[in-house]
Amino acid sequence: MSGWAGSGHGRYRKVVSYLMLGGTALCALLVVGVLFFILGSLVWKGGSDINLNFFTKLPTPVGVTGGGMANAIVGSMKLLLLASLIGVPFGVVGGIYMAEFGGKVSAFVLQYTADLLNGVPSIVIGIFAYSLIVLRMKHFSAIAGGFALGIMMIPVTLRSTEQFLRSVPVAMREAAMALGASKWKTIVSVVVPAAYRGILTAILLSLARVAGETAPLLFTAFNNRFWSPGWNQPIASLPVVVYTYGISAYEDWHRQAWAAGLVLLGMVLLTNIIARAILSRGISAPR
Amino acid sequence: MTTAATAEMGAGPKPASRSFFARLLQGDQVAHAITFVAAATILLITTMLVVVLWNNSALPRAKFGLSFFIGRVWDPVSGQFGALPFVYGTLVTTAVSLVLGVPLGLGAAIFLAELAPPKISDSLTFVIELLAAVPSVIYGLLGIFLVVPFVRTTLAPALKHTLGFLPLFQGPCYGVSFLAAGLVLAIMIVPFIVSVSREVLLAVPTDQREAALSLGSTRWESTWKVVVPFALPGVLGSVFLAMARALGETMAVTMVVGNVPDIKASLLAPGYSIAAVIANEFTEATGDLYLQALIELGLVLFLVTFILNGLARLLILVTSQRGGTT
Repeated sequence: MSGWAGSGHGRYRKVVSYLMLGGTALCALLVVGVLFFILGSLVWKGGSDINLNFFTKLPTPVGVTGGGMANAIVGSMKLLLLASLIGVPFGVVGGIYMAEFGGKVSAFVLQYTADLLNGVPSIVIGIFAYSLIVLRMKHFSAIAGGFALGIMMIPVTLRSTEQFLRSVPVAMREAAMALGASKWKTIVSVVVPAAYRGILTAILLSLARVAGETAPLLFTAFNNRFWSPGWNQPIASLPVVVYTYGISAYEDWHRQAWAAGLVLLGMVLLTNIIARAILSRGISAPR
Repeated sequence: MTTAATAEMGAGPKPASRSFFARLLQGDQVAHAITFVAAATILLITTMLVVVLWNNSALPRAKFGLSFFIGRVWDPVSGQFGALPFVYGTLVTTAVSLVLGVPLGLGAAIFLAELAPPKISDSLTFVIELLAAVPSVIYGLLGIFLVVPFVRTTLAPALKHTLGFLPLFQGPCYGVSFLAAGLVLAIMIVPFIVSVSREVLLAVPTDQREAALSLGSTRWESTWKVVVPFALPGVLGSVFLAMARALGETMAVTMVVGNVPDIKASLLAPGYSIAAVIANEFTEATGDLYLQALIELGLVLFLVTFILNGLARLLILVTSQRGGTT
């Protein structure tokens, strides 16, 4: 480098340095600001429409004021329950395999596949669930929606469970085995309890991730203006309601969309924050 | 791994009696098998995804072949399915989002990795990770009600005034446009660029920076000419990840792109994208050919994002290992 020229050149280089570094700080501020902008506009536009009715009433026809989104909120919960029935067991148990049993090659192949599956656009997962379930049953259903979300949960839960299990010190496993415990006993009674905070975090984060998914629900769970009894009928969900109300032509539906969006975002962000709070209290602290 | 070595040590007090059957009773083999099945489901799902998408798109592949992607007319009523407008719209919106998002994301990542004190960097990174968790339909909502009016009343007139001589910024603008979709996508992909780029920048060994600084380079020169080039494959990986995400993003694009299957050079014109047409027309698709044409579009989306993500992961892996070995 020819940085030793005159002092004028040195000053120029310093100015460039400060300018560019200041520019990067501006970029960071701008990106961080976006989150607060999003939060702010949702609260501003939707905050006033959140009241008790919103959580307890069914939607009303256009033009009739009042009404709420109780069915969509319950619908989202039901879909998430179905999704976790698929995503949690396969994700957590699979994560145990990758951290505890998997050889180098098999662990790598599975990690890679999980990451690729994680990157598949959610609308494609929707087509998948549609072809497998909706086409067979010949109608939209909560089961199909839950299946789509569950499929999306598996790779997320799997990868993070694996990482948290790997962070459990090897010495703890060795201590258990030195006492004569078999491998699975070591895993069940030592490794998993030691990482339970991490596993809980993994589950919460994957739930938060699929809770906001809209695209895979459009043609699996579809939508429903009323309560959806059981698991075998089309069902409303918060993200789909935000979408359909948002693109509608009616002013009061727009306000409802903002309110539903605020509730949805609040749930997702809160779950994220709780998950990280659990984690920050120490993952390898055994009970 | 080390656990393999400890498995031998954990053979128990009477190793002689540990036949295969005894070990089976102890549960290790069973646990191994069960956990393996759970982990292998992701291989099964991935394979099934390919098979299902491939089998369910046989009709349009047989009828149109590769001309499916060259055809400019999408007319379900007369059974004509040309996907070019959607492919074009997907590429254009993704390109716009990368042009806007990559410098912003890389800049923020450089600040977080090189400049900010660890405490500030960690809390800002936390906020940016929360940003990545915001559901795409929320971005779409803000897109419809804030970005689209902004593009219509402020941005488009300003661009036409200053850069109107370019074909990119000509013609009337109703707000819903490639530009609006690109803007929203840019905001959506930035968190991914930031978090991955920050990681790979942090993985660059400190002595690289110190060497550059000791030779008299300024802080920026050490960052831009030494640290960033060292981490370049990983940064590129983060861009590929972001690109895959932008290509496959559905809701936000559907809500702001205008959903008009036209091919226009102007970014101010409305358009369409692959994911958006699937989202809009899938439930209304009448007839097998129509439905399967949409599934073929899904297959294309799947393959392209699969390859991009695969490349991205490899690049990131290579970079972080390079940081570790030096």
